[in-house]
Amino acid sequence: MSTEAANTNRADMIVCENVDKWYGDFQALKDVSATIAEQEVVVVLGPSGSGKSTLIRCINRLEAHQQGTIIVDGVELTNDLRNIEKIRSEVGMVFQQFNLFPHLSVIDNVTLAPKWVRKMPKAAAEKKAEELLEMVGIPEQAEKYPGQLSGGQQQRVAIARALAMEPRIMLFDEPTSALDPEMIKEVLDVMKDLAHGGMTMMVVTHEMGFAREVADRIIFMESGEIVEVGTPEHFFTNPTEDRTKLFLSQIL
Amino acid sequence: MTKDNQLLGFEPAKLTKRLVAGASCILLLSILASLMLGPVSIRPDRILFEILDRIPGISIDSGLSQVEAAIIWDVRLPRIVLGLIVGGLLAIAGASYQGVFRNPLADPYLLGVAAGAGLGATVAIVSGATNGEGMFDTLPIAAFLGSAVAVGITLAVGGAVARSTSTASLLLAGVAVASLFTAIQTYIQQRESTTLRQVYSWILGRLSTSGWDEVIMILPYAAVSVLVMIAMRGTLDVLAVGEEEALSLGIRPERVRWLVIGAASLAAASAVAVSGLIAFVGIIVPHAVRLVVGASNRIVVPLSLIIGASFLVLTDLLARTLQSPAELPIGVVTAFFGAPFFLFVLRRSDGII
Ligand SMILES: Nc1ncnc2c1ncn2[C@@H]1O[C@H](COP(=O)(O)OP(=O)(O)O)[C@@H](O)[C@H]1O
Ligand SMILES: [Mg+2]
Repeated sequence: MSTEAANTNRADMIVCENVDKWYGDFQALKDVSATIAEQEVVVVLGPSGSGKSTLIRCINRLEAHQQGTIIVDGVELTNDLRNIEKIRSEVGMVFQQFNLFPHLSVIDNVTLAPKWVRKMPKAAAEKKAEELLEMVGIPEQAEKYPGQLSGGQQQRVAIARALAMEPRIMLFDEPTSALDPEMIKEVLDVMKDLAHGGMTMMVVTHEMGFAREVADRIIFMESGEIVEVGTPEHFFTNPTEDRTKLFLSQIL
Repeated sequence: MTKDNQLLGFEPAKLTKRLVAGASCILLLSILASLMLGPVSIRPDRILFEILDRIPGISIDSGLSQVEAAIIWDVRLPRIVLGLIVGGLLAIAGASYQGVFRNPLADPYLLGVAAGAGLGATVAIVSGATNGEGMFDTLPIAAFLGSAVAVGITLAVGGAVARSTSTASLLLAGVAVASLFTAIQTYIQQRESTTLRQVYSWILGRLSTSGWDEVIMILPYAAVSVLVMIAMRGTLDVLAVGEEEALSLGIRPERVRWLVIGAASLAAASAVAVSGLIAFVGIIVPHAVRLVVGASNRIVVPLSLIIGASFLVLTDLLARTLQSPAELPIGVVTAFFGAPFFLFVLRRSDGII
């Protein structure tokens, strides 16, 4: 695992500077600044409603921020559609609810976007999809339909689907929150492999074990603000902010 | 709608090829039957020879008389080809609308196409502008313009309101525009009651042709709209996964919707312009296809084109032979088969739709 010192040599993949985001009158992000380096794994923690989803959704422009700058892999997010398209092609996203297309087999779900959005040739898309299904540990399910898979397997297909677009950054928004407890580990293991493989990742999760073990840094949010940022060691053993301590005392 | 479909246990790619091959066979048989049957029956072998004879470099004596050859080339074939195009257009437009709106009951006439065409056609008939001379007949042009205006208003009003996630306002705008156009059309029609018969015969739908003019007239629109819908069919599947997933996979849902809705409306308007209102084809054909192959637009859209074409050629055969030499309006025949099928589907899928 890289330390913060090591990260300084790496390029910045995500830079948020003084980002403000309102939903109507309600301010969901308040002066948020954060930088994520290449190959870094950042876990975002915080109570429900603290703005975690809003933050990562702003990063691939599923939501638009109103003030401040967000720069992803050197490209600033503005209303320019070309920029947004470029960013979306570099950023993969995995949601809590793994919506797969029920009428297509697993392999077709994974190859759908490469074939129809990227215009990748069928054979290449399928080869890639097979590798990815191997990577997420379900190569034998390729011809099955989503309805025949467990929740954990479906979420792994959704991860493979996002990876099939060859993103440089992966965003995860509570990827295991909809899963039965016994399936959480298999999904986290896939994410762990991905992190070890050098993917830049931003993960919203309540899985403290994952945060402790895999994160390079932890961002703690509350009420739309970043309260504290630090390594897992710092965060779990020696937090500086009272609000962090209170949060930790409630969940640990 | 989320009926699980294991594609009858075949590998999907293979199944698709087989289905396309099967559907194409049905299509060819429908064409052959339509060439053979009518007030004058013509033997199939002679038809085949006659067609081969027309291929450059081949010369076979088909044994057909000049009159029979003229019946094939100038009467039956243009009508068959028009039926193929109109049926294919209505079915593929229906399938595409259903994919975009994610509603299996979406109809190609949905956004005001029918009402707009009705008004255009009525105005043309009432004003006596139709001269019945095929390509230069104003009726199809007026009907096409009426559709285009109606759909244009629907898209402008509904689309302005419809932010990315909502197609409901588009559908509501369609309903409102259709009512308005129908009201105006009815008003004009009542005022000029001497032309009622003509207006009704147009509304009930027909495929009568004068040579190849109608075919030539709609061919460019048909080709463009079909190409767009075929090209977008996989993208519709990506969209079907969910708005946000589609966005994160690099699709611009809005753009996809506009393209597909535009192409489907163009297809429906072209079909309506030359054939009047032929009901149900746009719903029952994609539906029947979906019952067999599942709901992947990638497969449903192109298969609907082929099956829709065969379906309309066969219903037109019935329309012109059942009461021969009189002709039934083809819209009556499609409704006769379509409505019961529709009720059957509704019953089967209650709770799902
Ligand atoms: N589309 C929206 N419209 C209005 N308010 C929203 C919307 N999405 C989120 N919010 C509000 O913004 C705040 C942060 O939400 P969110 O980012 O989803 O929090 P988290 O993911 O940390 O639980 C919450 O108070 C939520 O109610
Ligand atoms: Mg959230």
